[in-house]
Amino acid sequence: MCDTCGCNVTPGNEHLVRGRGKHAFTAEGKVAVEVLESLLSENDKQAVHNRAHLDKYGVLAVNLMSSPGAGKTTLLERTIDLLRDEYRIAVIEGDLETETDALRLRARGVAAIQITTGSACHLDAHMVHDALHKLRLAELDLLFIENVGNLVCPASFDLGHHLNVTLLSVTEGDDKPAKYPVMFRAADVMLLTKADLLPVIEEFDVGRATANLRNLASTIPVYSLSSKTEQGMQTWINWLHQQMAMQRKRLVGGETMRPRVQSDGKRLHGKEGAAPSAEA
Amino acid sequence: MHELSVCQSFLAQVERIALAHNARTVDKIVVRIGPLSGVEIPLLRQAYPLACAGTVAENAELVTEIQPVRVACETCGAETNATVNRLLCGACGDYHTRLLSGDEMILASVELNVDAAEQLRDAG
Ligand SMILES: Nc1nc2c(ncn2[C@@H]2O[C@H](COP(=O)(O)OP(=O)(O)OP(=O)(O)O)[C@@H](O)[C@H]2O)c(=O)[nH]1
Ligand SMILES: [Mg+2]
Ligand SMILES: [Zn+2]
Ligand SMILES: [Zn+2]
Repeated sequence: MCDTCGCNVTPGNEHLVRGRGKHAFTAEGKVAVEVLESLLSENDKQAVHNRAHLDKYGVLAVNLMSSPGAGKTTLLERTIDLLRDEYRIAVIEGDLETETDALRLRARGVAAIQITTGSACHLDAHMVHDALHKLRLAELDLLFIENVGNLVCPASFDLGHHLNVTLLSVTEGDDKPAKYPVMFRAADVMLLTKADLLPVIEEFDVGRATANLRNLASTIPVYSLSSKTEQGMQTWINWLHQQMAMQRKRLVGGETMRPRVQSDGKRLHGKEGAAPSAEA
Repeated sequence: MHELSVCQSFLAQVERIALAHNARTVDKIVVRIGPLSGVEIPLLRQAYPLACAGTVAENAELVTEIQPVRVACETCGAETNATVNRLLCGACGDYHTRLLSGDEMILASVELNVDAAEQLRDAG
C-alpha cells in the first residue's frame, strides 16, 4: 500500500535546512543552522504517515499503556467479546518477549500482530508501520495497540494512533499520576482497572487517584472497571462508541486527530507538525 | 530508558542537515528540553557519546537548554510557574490550565564546520 502513500517522501525540512535567513555565521566562520524540530521528528514523520494509512481506511487506532500486568490484555479480551459484533477489530501486540498475549487475543477470533523486537522499552512508529502492513486495513474498523508494559517510555512516542488509554490498576497505588506525570498527561482516558479488588485494597482511594490526575491539569474522564466481574465495562464501551462516531465525523470533514503525546510546548516554541489536525 | 533512541533520532536529522550543507563536521548541537518531555537530561548525556560515535557529529558538543514549567490559566488568565506534578494555576489554584512550556524536546540548532567555498555558495 505504500506505493500510493509515499512512504519515501523526502523529509519536509528541506526548506529549513536551505532556506535563506535561517543561517547565521558564527564569529569563527562556522555555519549555525536553526532547526526547531522535535528530537523525535524521525518518529513523528513516520507517525503522520501511519495515521494517514489508518485514516484512509477509516480505522480508529487506540493505544493502551500501563505498567506491566495492569490488565491490558484481559481488558482487550473482554472488550473484543463485547464489540466483536459491531466492529471489525485487530490488535498490534507489543509484548516483545513472548507470543502469549497475541495468542490470547487470537483465541478471541481477531487478528493479532506480534511485534518482536526483543527488549525494547516502548513501541515506535516504525515498528507499528511494519505491523500495519501485515493487516488488511480495508477490513478493519478498530485497531488496538497494546504497548509495552512501562509507565515511562511509551508516553513520548507517537505511533500514528488517535487515542491514548492509560490503565492504572488499583493494586499499584493511587499516587502513580503524580509519579509518572508524562505518562498520565498523555492519556485521553484513565482506566482504574481491577476495581473488583477495591474492597480489599483500602489504601487505594479513587478520589485521590483522580485528584493526582487533575493536578496535572488533565480534564479527561476517569472510569473504574473490572475485566473480571465486568463492573464498569459498559462506560468504557460507550466511550469507545463515542470515539468511533467522532472519528467517522472527522474523516468526513477530511480531518484527523493526534494523541496527546504531541507536546504543547513543541507547538508553541517549535515548528508545527505536518499533520492536519483537529485537536480533541 | 529511551534516551538512546532519542539520540539516534536527532542525530539522523543532524546528519541530514550536515549533508545538505556539505559540512565536514558538526561542532555543536543545541537541544531544548522540558522536564515534562519524558527525556532525562543526564541519561541523554550518557547515551549521546554512544550514539554519535562514527557519525559526522562524532566530536560535536551537546548543549542542553532546560525549559521552565509554566502554565496559563483558562479561568483567571494568569501565567505562572508550576512543577511537573502540580500544573495548577499559581494565582487561583484552578486545574484548567494550558502548558506554556516544560514539555519541549526540540533540536534547536546545529553548528557546522563548512568549507569556505561552500559558505559563499550558501550565503549567495
Ligand atoms: N482481580 C482482577 N484481576 C485482573 C483483572 N484484569 C486482569 N487481571 C489479572 O492481572 C494479571 C495481568 O493481566 P494482563 O491482562 O495479562 O495484564 P497486561 O497489562 O496485559 O500485562 P503485560 O502485557 O505483561 O504488561 C492477570 O493475572 C489477570 O488475570 C481484573 O479486572 N480483576
Ligand atoms: Mg499484556
Ligand atoms: Zn506505508
Ligand atoms: Zn487562575
